[in-house]
Amino acid sequence: MTISIKPTNTPPEKLQPSGWLKYLSFSLDHKVIGIQYLVCGFLFYLIGGSLAGAIRIELASPLSDFMPREVYNQVLTLHGTIMIFLWIVPVVNGAFGNYLIPFYVGARDMAFPRLNAVAFWLIPPSGLMLITSYFINGAAQSGWTAYPPLSITTPAAGQIIWILSVLLLGGSSIFGGINFIATILKLRRPGLKLMQLPMYCWAMLGTSILVVLSTPVLAGTLILLSFDIVAHTGFFNPSLGGNVIVYQHLFWFYSHPAVYIMVLPAFGLVSEILPIHSRKPLFGYATMVFSIMGIVVLGLVVWAHHMFTSGTPPWMRLFFTIATAFIAVPTGIKFFNWVATLWGGKISLNAAMLFSCGFIINFVLGGITGVALAQVPFDVHVHDTYFVVAHFHYIVYGGSVFVIFSSIYHWFPKITGKMLNENLGRFHFIITFIGFNLCFAPQHWLGLNGMPRRVAEYDPQFQLINEISSIGALLMALSTLPFLWNILQSILYGDDAGDNPWNALTPEWLTSSPPPVENWEGEAPLVLEPYGYGKKDSNKTQGKLK
Amino acid sequence: MTSIVPKEQSAESKNDLSTEEHEDFRLFGLIAFLIADGMTFAGFFAAYLTFKAVNPIGPDAIYELELPLPTLNTVLLLVSSFTFHRAGKFLQKNESKKCQKWLLITGALGVAFLISQMFEYFTLPFGLTDNLFASTFYALTGFHGLHVTLGSIMIMIIWWQTRVPSGRVNNENKFPFEAVELYWHFVDGIWVVLFIILYLL
Repeated sequence: MTISIKPTNTPPEKLQPSGWLKYLSFSLDHKVIGIQYLVCGFLFYLIGGSLAGAIRIELASPLSDFMPREVYNQVLTLHGTIMIFLWIVPVVNGAFGNYLIPFYVGARDMAFPRLNAVAFWLIPPSGLMLITSYFINGAAQSGWTAYPPLSITTPAAGQIIWILSVLLLGGSSIFGGINFIATILKLRRPGLKLMQLPMYCWAMLGTSILVVLSTPVLAGTLILLSFDIVAHTGFFNPSLGGNVIVYQHLFWFYSHPAVYIMVLPAFGLVSEILPIHSRKPLFGYATMVFSIMGIVVLGLVVWAHHMFTSGTPPWMRLFFTIATAFIAVPTGIKFFNWVATLWGGKISLNAAMLFSCGFIINFVLGGITGVALAQVPFDVHVHDTYFVVAHFHYIVYGGSVFVIFSSIYHWFPKITGKMLNENLGRFHFIITFIGFNLCFAPQHWLGLNGMPRRVAEYDPQFQLINEISSIGALLMALSTLPFLWNILQSILYGDDAGDNPWNALTPEWLTSSPPPVENWEGEAPLVLEPYGYGKKDSNKTQGKLK
Repeated sequence: MTSIVPKEQSAESKNDLSTEEHEDFRLFGLIAFLIADGMTFAGFFAAYLTFKAVNPIGPDAIYELELPLPTLNTVLLLVSSFTFHRAGKFLQKNESKKCQKWLLITGALGVAFLISQMFEYFTLPFGLTDNLFASTFYALTGFHGLHVTLGSIMIMIIWWQTRVPSGRVNNENKFPFEAVELYWHFVDGIWVVLFIILYLL
């Protein structure tokens, strides 16, 4: 059976709100859904960031004086959960994926537009549920990992709300993943081969495979955990004959791939941004594709490196150490490909480029500590210390969040039709970069010297370093202000961007800004060389179709 | 914005640029979802097998399973897969009366499975919170039973929608039928794995 998509068949006017109201509606347009994801995610980023600020204020002094200890536990749990499940995962996947993937495959919308809208609208209610749990009876206190028996013994109401909220977000993520796989594999414009797709498509394909394979395992585990809390079964409760290690295995089977779910799309976005702003083709397209798929496969078999101190048997430690060290190979290939893309290019140091370069620097630092953490003797020493916190934030903030900002600077002209203020953008980058490194680099030292994470109080000898780290956090918080001002100012009074301000070749730039409802007025352009910069004849085919 | 219309209706507008045809990938999406669903079961199975390998059953813990009833359940589900397939054959031949008859039999087999499962629950000597294996048993079979319940409801909806002339599922629009059939075979297959792991191992 064949299906025809008839774009002229629009619903009656009344059902289709126009103007800004469409962003609050159950819109089926992939671009509207992408922006919904982005704005919703950013609001949660502000909330999660405020929580991080509260943590850094508490840690500025060794005593637990800013908030009670239980509140500190709730704040760190909410910070972790919000930042991972409501900011980074929805934004690098949902926001940019929804906005860009249909353009890249030459389609007018995602494969399943209604499922797409459902996936987005699961997010705001579950996020609100998570936050309101703080005001009802206290939020969950067991960290974003919710390890039993801690999660079974802490107050039940907050933990159950946490579980329900994460289950809904997991469902949203799975629906999104199915949609991306179907769109990339099945909805490609005729004549467009897989190896001609922009790199972000490959990154999203790999990410979606990870989402579909691993998120359901987390869902099943959390259902069992909720049975332990509500029905007093003993799956993960040692006093009832249960086994906590099984929870850790099942949890990390999702949550290690979750790191790649957060960072692989960021790899893809950077691979789009670097060639455009250095006017060179992406270096090593095929190796890039294979390393993404290599990371997907390896990412599924390294989870137990989070459990080296959980009584993991030596043979398992050996296997997971080796598998983890292997991930450095495809990741290193990607890193060198990015550097080679920049090498000898005509680099314009605008905000998008600066944030992408910041990503490369931060990510290589986070990657090095990652390889170090994969080694059992070292890991046993720094497990559950601030070294892990520093490593993790170098990956997810220095990696993913820098790329999110880079992407906002890069695609803002397409989304709104207005240019952002580049100087304010550079200023934003400088404070963010300094603040971020000032906040997290000293935490390596704290961890090496044994300061445990997730504890509100610490030894007074660590006070100076913690104060430095808190000043860095303050700079990070302040860096949001020029960004928000820039966005507001540019939407209202920004210069007109035109259709293609960066002279880019990828398909989303070959339409008006902002793009019309069905993406193109006529037929979708066939872009066979999305990275053909600096080649004489590369514009010929595409110029004709424009 | 986009709406799905059968091929026949859009045949005259084939040269219209704004109308693009693509293959039906709804079944593809369903398969991706079933893989995800299967991974949930895989997680449960892995948990159960690890418990079995690592956590010895306590000396006073009661965990005994009888074979006859679950074997009957296995037969019920396997036969229902066959009858569903049979209904599909008649749908292809546009013999909707026969198709409906076989769908009704399939649905009845699903309900019979659920009743039999309930009967097993009530006759077992252990309850949900008695010990680790009892909990895992109820969690696994319960989660599967939830799937059978949903499947039976969907079969009944399909049965109602294949009626002639006002039903919406027929040889021209048989995606709903195929989707439920695929789902049903999946639930059936999961049961076979569950039966082997939970009862035979």
